[in-house]
Amino acid sequence: MFGLTRKDSKLMLIVFGLVMLAPFILNPFPEGSAMAQFNAGYPDLMQRFVIFGIFAVGFNLLFGLTGYLSFGHAAFLGIGSYAAIWSMKLVTLNVIPGILVSIVVAGAFALVVGFVSLRRSGIYFSILTLAFAQMMFAMAYSVLTPITGGETGLQIKNTDTPLFGGPADGGIGRANLFGAEMGNSYELSLGNHLFTFNLGYYIAGVFLLIAFYVSIRIFRSPFGIMLRAVKSNQQRMNYTGLTPKRYTLSAFVISGMYAGLAGGLMVAMDTQVGPERMFWTASGEVVIMTILGGAGTLMGPVLGAGVIKYMENIISKINKDILHEWFAFMPDGFEDVIVALVYPFIGKGWHLTMGILFMMVVIFLPGGLVEGGQRIAKLFRRNKTSDTQDATSRTPAE
Amino acid sequence: MDQIIVQVLNGLDKGSAYALIALGLTIIFGTLGVVNFAHGALFMMGAFCAVITSKILSVSHQVVDPTRSDFLGNPMQVDTFYVQDWFGMAAGQTIMDWAVPIAILFAIPVMIFVGFAMERGLIKHFYKRPHADQILVTFGLALVIGEIIKYFFGANPIQTPAPPAFTGSLDFGMILGYEAQTIMYPYWRLVYFFFSAFIIAGVFAFLQFTTFGMVVRAGMADRETVGLLGIDIDKRFTFMFGLAAAVAGVAGVMYAPIVAPNYFMGMDFLVLSFVVVVVGGMGSLPGAVAAGFLLGVLESFASMPAVIDLLPGINQIIIYLVAIIILLTRPRGLMGRKGVMEE
Repeated sequence: MFGLTRKDSKLMLIVFGLVMLAPFILNPFPEGSAMAQFNAGYPDLMQRFVIFGIFAVGFNLLFGLTGYLSFGHAAFLGIGSYAAIWSMKLVTLNVIPGILVSIVVAGAFALVVGFVSLRRSGIYFSILTLAFAQMMFAMAYSVLTPITGGETGLQIKNTDTPLFGGPADGGIGRANLFGAEMGNSYELSLGNHLFTFNLGYYIAGVFLLIAFYVSIRIFRSPFGIMLRAVKSNQQRMNYTGLTPKRYTLSAFVISGMYAGLAGGLMVAMDTQVGPERMFWTASGEVVIMTILGGAGTLMGPVLGAGVIKYMENIISKINKDILHEWFAFMPDGFEDVIVALVYPFIGKGWHLTMGILFMMVVIFLPGGLVEGGQRIAKLFRRNKTSDTQDATSRTPAE
Repeated sequence: MDQIIVQVLNGLDKGSAYALIALGLTIIFGTLGVVNFAHGALFMMGAFCAVITSKILSVSHQVVDPTRSDFLGNPMQVDTFYVQDWFGMAAGQTIMDWAVPIAILFAIPVMIFVGFAMERGLIKHFYKRPHADQILVTFGLALVIGEIIKYFFGANPIQTPAPPAFTGSLDFGMILGYEAQTIMYPYWRLVYFFFSAFIIAGVFAFLQFTTFGMVVRAGMADRETVGLLGIDIDKRFTFMFGLAAAVAGVAGVMYAPIVAPNYFMGMDFLVLSFVVVVVGGMGSLPGAVAAGFLLGVLESFASMPAVIDLLPGINQIIIYLVAIIILLTRPRGLMGRKGVMEE
């Protein structure tokens, strides 16, 4: 299917199914039940899953394949956002041109930054990208205020008059797709369940599918093999007569364009930008997502983005009262002890949980959650097929 | 001219902090070959040692004072500090005022212990793994430490005053023959500068003039040969990690009165210190110190009004700009040795 092998087609279909049915999958608990707070199927969060999934998939194309650890990727996300919002302010409120502009502009910046940064490798590359990103952040925050809105950022205001299709009545324009607004939702209630199908989410979802498809194709292409060669042995690649810089720079630009796409989508969903999304902690976050899920794997970054955003939005909402409710069945003193033990790790402390989880993954599972899943799967498979495996292992290989 | 002196002075204290952190980073990198992203967290822990000490010293209990009464006519409850009970009113007050310097005594053993625990418990397992993994795991550790501190101390900065003897400002211009009030420099910043100069000199002297330091330097040059000579170099390197942690720690303790400690300060300083290390040259101790002061002073020069008028926003980006230029023109940094971290 579309030039994919059978296995990749299967993966692609699974992702397609997950994206399309996300409003069902993420809302497993009935409305109003005690577990309803674990429902993640509301448009805002689903959009974030998808957007950060795209961001992480793009980052993975650079880090997972070439091993170049960029600590400044959020800068491209921010630049994409600024480009998109200017496109909406000046040209049209339609999101498609905005997103395309954001991809192109972020790609252009990535070309410049990559061209300079890729002259060095290892930690120097990390520091260079970090320095560029911090410079861009500082400039967006202060000097470039006329373009970036400084600390307050940019929003679409009722004084903005885009060339095409601005609001006629002088109201605040809303991002739309050929007239259909991003915020449009269709709500379906089945029994106690309430499912929300949001137009913005599905647009972002389609972009995720495209991004994911491109990422599979790159992974399987000769270009992808070259990128892996950069990671495993650059010197040998040089001796073979190939120029690693060309490949790494392409990978850097592509991943910058992914970041730009994510930034453009963020603006499309919520028409505002602030410089804080370029700060280096935001770059650190995408690093964490990718590593957590599994760098160098296809599904890993999406998975990691999902886990982090789920924690950020759901786990962080649990407070002490809810904990007491959960453990109410226990004897009094014991309940307090358990709550006191659990409390630092949830609610506002979710960063702590994330940090510990991240460290655990780096220490014990260099392949991320995907590797963890594979190991568990292998464990089960070995138990089941231990007899047949013995038979095959005894036959001489060639 | 007086403006320039002011900026140099202002740059010195920030530069001292950069230099101390960068020194520790370079020691760890030079001995163990590990890129320690958690070093900023150690600096922050030092600053919180100062907070903890001043909290412990001002632990109080309520005493009923029969001579006074509150507005209801009941005998008044007065907060009494334990230190004042034990050492008398005046001496107790002095001890409380001097909490920050006293915190150094507390911070050194704590930070050495933390350094040992970090190296033996975590970093040891990462020697053979790629630099990217070391960066990631120490970055994760920095997040965890920051969050633990946040859990106990909250997210807001905690003011930790310097001893009252040092709260004023030195009229530095008077000494140089300028008019009064032209060049004012807070005493504490002066103390910080001399303190860090003392620590830096101490570390260098330790490495240069003791047998232990000689062995460590030999180990930095060629670890295997030193090992073959029957010296347990790992043990000494672990000690150096503890020393680097202590240097970061005391740098943090003394910095607490200048910038109120919060759980995020480590990260802020870390990014800049890395830039400093890279500018100075990976693995070069004098380079790290020189680059620390240089960048600190440059940063404060860039925030002079005259410069900002000329190049708006330059104060925000100067350090990164310098780093980019240095890295591209002098790949080894200012004083980097050959063959260190060159792939």
